[in-house]
Amino acid sequence: MTALTLSNVCKSFGPVDVLKNIDLTVEDSEFVVFVGPSGCGKSTLLRVIAGLEEATSGSIDIGGQVVNTVPPAKRGIAMVFQSYALYPHLTVHGNMALGLKQAGHPRDEIERRIAEAARMLSLEAYLSRRPSELSGGQRQRVAIGRAIVRKPKLFLFDEPLSNLDAALRMNTRIEIANLHRQLTASMIYVTHDQTEAMTLADKIVVLRDGRVEQVGSPLELYNNPANRFVAEFIGSPAMNFVDADRVGGPVGATLGIRPEHARIGDTGPLSGQVMHVEKLGSDTNVMIDLGRDSRFTVRVFGQYEIDPGAEVRIDYDTARTLLFSTEGARIAS
Amino acid sequence: MNKARRNPANTLAMHGALILYTCIALFPVFVILINSFKTRKAIFREPLALPDADSFSMIGYQTVMKQGDFFLYFQNSMIVTVASLFFVLMFGAMAAFALSEYRFRGNTLMGLYLALGIMIPIRIGTVAILELMVASGLVNTLWALILVYTAQGLPLAVFILSEFMRQVSDDLKNAGRIDGLSEYTIFFRLVLPLVRPAMATVAVFNMIPIWNDLWFPLILAPAEETKTLTLGSQVFIGQFVTDWNAVLSALSMAILPVMVLYVIFSRQLIRGITSGAVK
Ligand SMILES: Nc1ncnc2c1ncn2[C@@H]1O[C@H](COP(=O)(O)OP(=O)(O)OP(=O)(O)O)[C@@H](O)[C@H]1O
Ligand SMILES: [Mg+2]
Repeated sequence: MTALTLSNVCKSFGPVDVLKNIDLTVEDSEFVVFVGPSGCGKSTLLRVIAGLEEATSGSIDIGGQVVNTVPPAKRGIAMVFQSYALYPHLTVHGNMALGLKQAGHPRDEIERRIAEAARMLSLEAYLSRRPSELSGGQRQRVAIGRAIVRKPKLFLFDEPLSNLDAALRMNTRIEIANLHRQLTASMIYVTHDQTEAMTLADKIVVLRDGRVEQVGSPLELYNNPANRFVAEFIGSPAMNFVDADRVGGPVGATLGIRPEHARIGDTGPLSGQVMHVEKLGSDTNVMIDLGRDSRFTVRVFGQYEIDPGAEVRIDYDTARTLLFSTEGARIAS
Repeated sequence: MNKARRNPANTLAMHGALILYTCIALFPVFVILINSFKTRKAIFREPLALPDADSFSMIGYQTVMKQGDFFLYFQNSMIVTVASLFFVLMFGAMAAFALSEYRFRGNTLMGLYLALGIMIPIRIGTVAILELMVASGLVNTLWALILVYTAQGLPLAVFILSEFMRQVSDDLKNAGRIDGLSEYTIFFRLVLPLVRPAMATVAVFNMIPIWNDLWFPLILAPAEETKTLTLGSQVFIGQFVTDWNAVLSALSMAILPVMVLYVIFSRQLIRGITSGAVK
C-alpha cells in the first residue's frame, strides 16, 4: 500500500509559483528524504502534505484517502520542526499529552503511550520538566516524542537536526534510523546534510525551484544522476565538471568526474596547479586550478603531502565519468 | 554577568544615577503627599517642610470625604479604566492576531486603516461622538466612556501587538494545529502568553491617559452618579479660589489605584516565559 501519493500538486503564494506539478509516492514504511538548495520549496511541500498550507491544485492522498480538505490533526501525520516548537508553558509530559487529549484518547492510553515514547527516547527522567529546563538535544527528543505518541501513519521531519552540534547530530541520526526500524511508519525527512540524506534514505527526492529533478535510492542518484544538477548536488565534495573538448570529447559538452575517481600522478589527460589542500585525516582533498576558470578537486584516501603551487597531472577512470549536454541533460558517453 | 558589571565602582555609579533619577521623579509626588497632610497656611508658608504637630491637618481629606460621593467617583474611574483596558487588550490582541497570522484580501489595507487612528486624535470627533451617544441613549453612562476609550486605545494596541505577534514562531502555532488545537486555543493558550510583555506595555500606555482624562467625562458623563475621579476633583479648583488642601488630598488618593494597576502590569513586563519555546 502507498502511504502518500501526491499527484500534480502545485502551490503558489500570490503570483509566485513555489511548487510546480509535484508527483510523488511514498510506500509504506519507506524513508524518503527531500534535498535541494535553500528556497526550493522543501518546507512548503512538507507543510502542504501536513495540511498547514492549502495546495493550489492537485490531490494529496494519505493512506488511500484524499485529504485535501482534511485538517492537519486528522490526517494521521505528525511533524517535527527545526525549531522544536515545544509548548513553553507545558511540561515534557504535557507537551506529549496535549495532542492525544485533544483527540479524546482515554487517560490510561495516553499514559501508556507517553511512557513508551519516553522509554524509547530515554526521556523518563525529564517528564516533569519544562522545555526551558532542557538542553537542545533533549528538546529535540521531546519534539520527536510528541510526534511518536500520535502513532501517525506518516512522520514529517523538517531539518530536525540542524540546530544540534556535530556529535549530537550523529547520535540523533542513528536514533532516528532506529526509530524508523522499530515503528515501521513512513517518514519524510527534509535536510541540507549530505550524510543524513545518504545514510537515512530509502529514497531521495531532489527538488529544484519547486520541481522534482530526480527520485531514486541514494546510490542510484550517486552513480546515475539524471542531469548535471543532481550530479552536482549529491556527493561531497561535489563532482568536478570539465569542458569535454579538453580531453577529446564533443565540443560544448561537459564531463563530470567525481573527486574520488580521479588520481594525482605524473601522467594523465588534465594538468594544473595545486591551489589548496584540505587535510581531513582520513582523506585529503586537493584543489587544482586547471586554467580557463576551471577548478578540479581530487579526493585522495589517507594522508597525502603536497604543497600549494605544485604542478600536477590528473588521471581518472574513464569508465566512471558522466557526460552532460550544454543544457545539463545527461548524454551517453 | 560580565566583569565590568561586577566592578564595585561601576555598580556604585550606576545605582547612584538610578537613585538620583528616582528622587527627581518622585519629588513632586512627595511634595503633594506631605502637603496634603498640612493646614492651608502651612502649605503656603513652607511648601517643602514635613508636617509637624503644628501644621498637621486632615482638613483636606475631610473636605474631600464630605464633598460629593468620593468613593463613587473612585469606583467609576476604576470601572472605566479596567473595563477599557480589558476591551483594548482583548480586541486589540484579536485584531493583531488576525492581521499577523492570516493572509486575506485587504490585510495590509486593514492594518493601515487601523494604524491611522494613532495619528488622528479622537477628540476631533467629539461632536459626532456626543451625537452618537445621545442617539443611542448612552450619555451619562459609564459605557459611553468605556466605548470611547476602547476606540481610542485600539489603534496603538493593534499596531504594537501585531508587530509582536509576527515574531511568535510559526512552527509553534503549526505544532498546535497538528495537535488539533482550535485557532482560539492557539490564540489564547500559545500566542497570548508569549506576547504578555507587549500586552503589559500596551496596558500601561493606555491606563494613565484614561485615568486622568477630563475631556470625555465632562462631555459624555457629567452626571453625579457617573463622575470620574478627575472630574469630581474639579469642584475644588475654582476660578478665584482653589481649595488646595482638598485638591492635594484628592490627588494623593488618586495615585493609589493607578499604582496598584501599574505594579500588576509591570510584573508581567518582567516575567518572561518564552525561553525554551523555540531553539
Ligand atoms: N508565506 C509565504 N509567502 C510567500 N512566499 C513564501 C511563503 N513561504 C515560503 N515562500 C517562498 O517559497 C519558497 C520556498 O520556501 P521554502 O521555505 O519551502 O524553502 P526551503 O526549500 O524549505 O528552504 P530552506 O532549505 O532554506 O528551508 C521561497 O522562495 C520562499 O520565499
Ligand atoms: Mg525549509
